[in-house]
Amino acid sequence: MRQYLVRRLILGLAALFGLSLLAFGLIRIIPGDAVMAQLAESGNVSNLASARAQLGLDRPFFVQYVTWLGGVVRGDLGTSFWSKRPVMQDLLAALPVSVELAVFAMLLSMLLALPLGAASAARRGSGVDVGARLLSFGGLSVPHFWIATLVLLYGSIWFRWVPPLGYVSPRESVGQNLEQFIIPAAILGVHLSARSLRLVRSSLLEALQEDYIRTAWAKGLRGSRVLWGHALRNALIPILTILGSQFTYLLSGSVIIEDIFSLSGIGRYVVESITHRDYPAVQGAILFTGLVVVGVNLAIDLAYAWIDPRIRYQ
Amino acid sequence: MIGKRAAAGTVLPAGAVRATPRGRRTGVLRAWVRRHPAGAVAAVVLVAILLASGLAALVSPHDPYAQDYEALMHAPGGRYLLGTDYLGRDIFSRTLYGGRTSLLISIAAIAAGTAAGTLIGLVSGFYGGWFDGVVQRIVDVMMALPSIILALALMAVLGPRTENVILAIATIIVPSLARVVRGTVLQLRERQFVEAAKALGASDARVLSRHVLPNTIAPIIVVATNALSGAILIEASLGFLGLGTQLPVPSWGNMLSEEARRYFEQAPWMALPPGIVLSLTVLAVNFLGDALRDTLDPRLRRAHV
Repeated sequence: MRQYLVRRLILGLAALFGLSLLAFGLIRIIPGDAVMAQLAESGNVSNLASARAQLGLDRPFFVQYVTWLGGVVRGDLGTSFWSKRPVMQDLLAALPVSVELAVFAMLLSMLLALPLGAASAARRGSGVDVGARLLSFGGLSVPHFWIATLVLLYGSIWFRWVPPLGYVSPRESVGQNLEQFIIPAAILGVHLSARSLRLVRSSLLEALQEDYIRTAWAKGLRGSRVLWGHALRNALIPILTILGSQFTYLLSGSVIIEDIFSLSGIGRYVVESITHRDYPAVQGAILFTGLVVVGVNLAIDLAYAWIDPRIRYQ
Repeated sequence: MIGKRAAAGTVLPAGAVRATPRGRRTGVLRAWVRRHPAGAVAAVVLVAILLASGLAALVSPHDPYAQDYEALMHAPGGRYLLGTDYLGRDIFSRTLYGGRTSLLISIAAIAAGTAAGTLIGLVSGFYGGWFDGVVQRIVDVMMALPSIILALALMAVLGPRTENVILAIATIIVPSLARVVRGTVLQLRERQFVEAAKALGASDARVLSRHVLPNTIAPIIVVATNALSGAILIEASLGFLGLGTQLPVPSWGNMLSEEARRYFEQAPWMALPPGIVLSLTVLAVNFLGDALRDTLDPRLRRAHV
């Protein structure tokens, strides 16, 4: 187990190293002063020479990278051009918003996917099954940013409902915080459940073929107990995997939903940094996202062993 | 694909020897349609959308750039079937031309990304070694980021131009293709027909192109179809955020961008057409992809039930 952990950590660090090169190299791929030209165009940097010095563009690539990496290791991701604050501080402020949105969305998606997926596995080919299949195709295909646009548009036309601007933390007001999150989380939740619903169905179908299910039936257990108690528990592993990837995806991937509902999470921070050509912030945010992904993936792998004692790592 | 083959069978000159009689080919097509009615409907819908946007110049009733100041935000009906936008441009025509932009970008990106991913996967799987190691680590890194973030970062660096949208989307689909092709090649490498070809003295290039590549086509089609629906959505997302194709050139995404959204409350009909066609297209690609996977990947057929 320990050996496995060490190997995973080394691989994770290697991936992070690659990611740091990617994040760092990205704005330096373009030859010449294209980056500087765009910066000048954006108008948020008054002194180009100082911006260039701050990005370290006046020094050799290798020196720039090592200097930057040295800061990163100490938790210093540089200073944002736009907000003039340390990038790390901005990211840590945005993190709770994204986490709350992700957790809500995943909860809602599971509330939808578990019963529907189970029902369509238990009654294969029934109306429920067909309906669930259509729902999942729809959720995969209809862009959630369009749904969100329509919700905002018709919410305002029909109900005079406008989402609250600016983030309200649950410590200030639980009610307002919920009001802010429930609609975007529901839109993301339906979108996510499209994939998880099919996964719940297929992994349940697979689990229902196992010998211990026949034993459970032979013991004379009720159908609901066989399904929920025996089959579902064993179908949890693939579901856990998808929960992990959904979480990391939502953390920065819910860019558009955060943007539309003016929730200042990580995704929105990335978009704003990009539109302001705030390169230190873009670099930092990419690396930060990668760190979270690597960490969550490791945690999920370890959780497998806990859920299914048959899994042993070596 | 199957439809095209059947059609090709019918244009053979009289007296030509046919490998497969025409009757059997259309029979295969008919059986496929019966097995996958949803896939068949999806194919028809997709062809219709492709035709309508491909022939936008012929089909659309108005110039998509013409601004009619007499009819700003004109409600649907009358001279303008789906109404006009905030500059008095015909929404129906813009939706058709927008489809042309969006689909052209997505298909070009898929073609480029698939070609690059296949090549990388072939070499990486066939030769292994340090090249494989490096490629796999790069793939790991790229897959660690949500694709929309990667696309946004690339667009930030490259600047919002149409060619760059294609480049960005092509780049983000390379890893998944490279990985699938590599996996398939790893299996094929050990097969006897590859060994036999090598024993006969065939060059690596010949073994790869004549013996390995044809056997990777099925998984490539499946992954590429899947990637196509993703590409269409990413293209639309970039347009939506104002980082994709720039106005006034219409695309499904930028017809829903901030600039347009400001006017949605006064002219709600602007919000519907691009979103509906976009959803319909992705839905059709997904249904078709599902049916193709079912046909091309016999291993999955069993698990699919």
